[in-house]
Amino acid sequence: MPAVSKGDGMRGLAVFISDIRNCKSKEAEIKRINKELANIRSKFKGDKALDGYSKKKYVCKLLFIFLLGHDIDFGHMEAVNLLSSNKYTEKQIGYLFISVLVNSNSELIRLINNAIKNDLASRNPTFMCLALHCIANVGSREMAEAFAGEIPRILVAGDTMDSVKQSAALCLLRLYKTSPDLVLMGEWTSRVVHLLNDQHMGVVTAAISLITCLSQKNPDEFKTCVSLAVSRLSRIVSSASTDLQDYTYYFVPAPWLSCKLLRLLQCYPPPEDGAVKGRLVECLETILNKAQEPPKSKKVQHSNAKNAILFEAISLIIHYDSEPNLLVRACNQLGQFLQHRETNLRYLALESMCTLASSEFSHEAVKTHIETVINALKTERDVSVRQRAADLLYAMCDRSNAKQIVAEMLSYLETADYSIREEMVLKVAILAEKYAVDYSWYVDTILNLIRIAGDYVSEEVWYRVIQIVINRDDVQGYAAKTVFEALQAPACHENMVKVGGYILGEFGNLIAGDPRSSPLVQFNLLHSKFHLCSVPTRALLLSTYIKFINLFPETKATIQEVLRCDSQIRNSDVELQQRAVEYLKLSSVASTDVLATVLEEMPPFPERESSILAKLKKKKGPGAVSTDLDEGKREGGGDLNGGGERAPDTSVIAASNASTPSPSADLLSLRAAPSIGSAPPSTGSLLVDVFSEVGPAVPTSRVNDDGFLRFVCKNNGVLFENQLLQIGIKSEYRQNLGEMYLFYGNKTSVQFVNFTTTISCLGDLHAMPQLNVQAKPVDPIVEGGAQLQQVLNIECLSDFSDAPLLNIRFRYGGAQQNLTLKLPVTINKFFQPTEMGSQDFFQRWKQLSLPQQEAQKIFKANHSMDSEVLKAKLLGLGMALLENVDPNPENFVCAGVVQTKAQQMGCLLRLEPNAQAQMYRLTLRSSKDTVSKRLCELLAEQF
Amino acid sequence: MIKFLLMVNKQGQTRLSKYYEHIDLAKRTSLEVDVIKGCLSRKKEECSFVEYKDYKLVYRQYASLFIMVGVSENENELAVYELVQNFVEVLDKYFSRVFNQIMFNLDKVHIILDEMILNGHIVETNKSRILAPLIALDKMAES
Repeated sequence: MPAVSKGDGMRGLAVFISDIRNCKSKEAEIKRINKELANIRSKFKGDKALDGYSKKKYVCKLLFIFLLGHDIDFGHMEAVNLLSSNKYTEKQIGYLFISVLVNSNSELIRLINNAIKNDLASRNPTFMCLALHCIANVGSREMAEAFAGEIPRILVAGDTMDSVKQSAALCLLRLYKTSPDLVLMGEWTSRVVHLLNDQHMGVVTAAISLITCLSQKNPDEFKTCVSLAVSRLSRIVSSASTDLQDYTYYFVPAPWLSCKLLRLLQCYPPPEDGAVKGRLVECLETILNKAQEPPKSKKVQHSNAKNAILFEAISLIIHYDSEPNLLVRACNQLGQFLQHRETNLRYLALESMCTLASSEFSHEAVKTHIETVINALKTERDVSVRQRAADLLYAMCDRSNAKQIVAEMLSYLETADYSIREEMVLKVAILAEKYAVDYSWYVDTILNLIRIAGDYVSEEVWYRVIQIVINRDDVQGYAAKTVFEALQAPACHENMVKVGGYILGEFGNLIAGDPRSSPLVQFNLLHSKFHLCSVPTRALLLSTYIKFINLFPETKATIQEVLRCDSQIRNSDVELQQRAVEYLKLSSVASTDVLATVLEEMPPFPERESSILAKLKKKKGPGAVSTDLDEGKREGGGDLNGGGERAPDTSVIAASNASTPSPSADLLSLRAAPSIGSAPPSTGSLLVDVFSEVGPAVPTSRVNDDGFLRFVCKNNGVLFENQLLQIGIKSEYRQNLGEMYLFYGNKTSVQFVNFTTTISCLGDLHAMPQLNVQAKPVDPIVEGGAQLQQVLNIECLSDFSDAPLLNIRFRYGGAQQNLTLKLPVTINKFFQPTEMGSQDFFQRWKQLSLPQQEAQKIFKANHSMDSEVLKAKLLGLGMALLENVDPNPENFVCAGVVQTKAQQMGCLLRLEPNAQAQMYRLTLRSSKDTVSKRLCELLAEQF
Repeated sequence: MIKFLLMVNKQGQTRLSKYYEHIDLAKRTSLEVDVIKGCLSRKKEECSFVEYKDYKLVYRQYASLFIMVGVSENENELAVYELVQNFVEVLDKYFSRVFNQIMFNLDKVHIILDEMILNGHIVETNKSRILAPLIALDKMAES
């Protein structure tokens, strides 16, 4: 092996690098670099033309400087020049520089594309690979436009070299990710899938990434890959390791390829074909068996590679969730790993078992490992492993072991790392609520939580305990007694004061009979904490005091005195001052009856999904909470507009409310707080019920209808674009049904989070209803540069004039973005063209002669009056353009039938251009007045 | 998929970085600082996988060199862990004394990486095939 080739030794570069390495300080390094940059700049600017070698040397230096983390703002042109060199080394440095430094918006792309085109046509495999790598690395829109047609051809051509195929596969994947609309796989699909059968393992390795991505997007078109993948996998798994020569890694045949094959299979349900399925099950069993065999090598690389495949196979088994035998075997295997001496394996086993716990077939088997997992939580030295153990305990928890697990988690909390405390608190709170049989245990658990980790107990947690206590009268007395005892502690957490204050304010009377907790004792206890608390807590306590006046008239004088003192009624905090003044006045003005009514015990809270659960979901993303906890979510998905999983309108309400100042901890506003402050759209089934009567609420942001009119005569295009987001539309209509694809493109390099879209049909669209729009839910995250697709199914029930609204919300950087667009669904989309002769046409025209059946408009031309342009527009409208019907050849007439579910409406159109006056007269006649009118409005803007 | 790969020395200086998704230069620096701090501070007996923001980090230490790979949530950790080993073995095969030569031959390390990982996906794992273009390059340079 050549050590380091001296042949192309760029001495200047080596010296420069040595200099940098010898720099003693960052400042010295920067100084040396700046000197070099100045030198290079002068060389590039100089009069003397540089030869290829010098160009290469300087570009290479720039590259090196960039790789050290310094920005480079010149040299791009010189790098592009290197691309056209015939010397491989020069070309290669040029491409490397461009791959690393040129971003996709560069103005140089055209020049680069030219060089790439030449190299792709060169039939020199090394040049082709360089060019393909470059496309794969830069992957800009312009590149997709230039090469998306060419690359599939290179990929499947019989005479393409294997290495070129590999590069082409990943290159195509990149283009597909950046510009899916430009990569049309149609005719290539089957040949690409058959790359799984390619003799060359490297080609399969590369192609499988492409196929996996394409399968995720178009599972049906690619489903033949399942049987091919199974047979490929089977050949690898069953082969003796020597068969695969260079693709064997420490005696494991093709480990990475095996993992990728198993991953591809996870895009699909279990194979339906019995033979394929049998073969696959056999493979999976073989993989499980191999885990039990003695290792072929003592090297850790051997067992790691083997286990990589094993874990991927287990993922597939869990994904299928249909083979009890395999699931239990997987669980046993993981159980062995739980005690393995390799930390990595213990970590992965805990992680993998977490998903196994949610399968009904293996839940029990997972539970048998509870002691090992608890032990891991206590003794693992690595926090990330302990975290996995805690996750697994959470996942395996059910009624039978809840008390044990909650107790273990609580005791772990006392010493837990700060980084995971908040999550642990949420989990304990959820388990305690979910598996509570007797609610005194629940109350104890939550109060313990506050005691142990008060700082990490979020509002949701203490709101929730109060909701539950209020809703269950069997636990109220116990709760009052327990909080009273907890408050005795000399130092207790402010959250404890909040819960205590609230609960005693409601149910203090239940323990007031005991002289040790008489009303005054309760009051003095609470008031002793008052001055140490923050403003919101003090505000809550003031409300407790006024409630005390109602519950215990004997405390009235004491409390009034407290309210009257300067530190209350003259408090500099407006909220506290107002409460003190109002409560004081209320207590002295109102009669006992009025007081009793105003300060009545809180009514029960409506049952709703635990806000804590919502918070955990938000924290961990949707997959993290085991599915049986998600019941509330399923119920919550209202069918208002068929919004699918998310109830569309609550998101609007919840979010608009969320922007009001956060409710201070107030007895009265507390009631609403948990549902508003914490509600992701899916939680508020209550709000759905309330608003379903009146129809959807109007989104708050301004409706943007700029793009709307551009789509009257076309179905595809860009609906909206700003600096962050581009929204493209592709739509297709047949009879009264339509399918619309929305493409949300993130134009930035930063991900959008909490990305939600809501389609709302307002007014008559919803009330009649005229239109039914079903939207598939979208991922909440749009990666930088990525595109998200959403499908809408549209059904036209009767004729309509309004357009549905699309509301988009997401967070970009720290800022909430909110956008509402008019969706271009117009009545003409449901046209069925009708061909007819002149006689027919005029006969029908006359039949539709009632004044209300006609709508007419005379308007000035806004666009070109060229007859070809007009024709194209009218064809786009969806009606049949009738030739030789109108006696005046300048005029256009059209006929069509609007298809709705309720009825069909014939419609005739006549457009009379007057080129001299630059005017049009547009006449529409239809059996329904609203249709003529609406079409006339829409079309008057088109010409 | 693989989101980025870093080669870092024991002092925590990045020797090589390769990103497979676009991240602004400014953010790269802060990401590298976090990642390097996170991995370097871990002890030998701790596991080689760390969660960091939306990434999973898989890292491996070779004497004074650390290799850290950021991967997406669904990536197979052990497969990536051994991919790093394979990468190092390829470097070892090409350069006689790996760690000194990397700095002088960053371009070649990039070529090697490009042959192994493209676009965040594994393209080739066979050592001789990974090195084939580089060896062709050296031959050309010598002649």
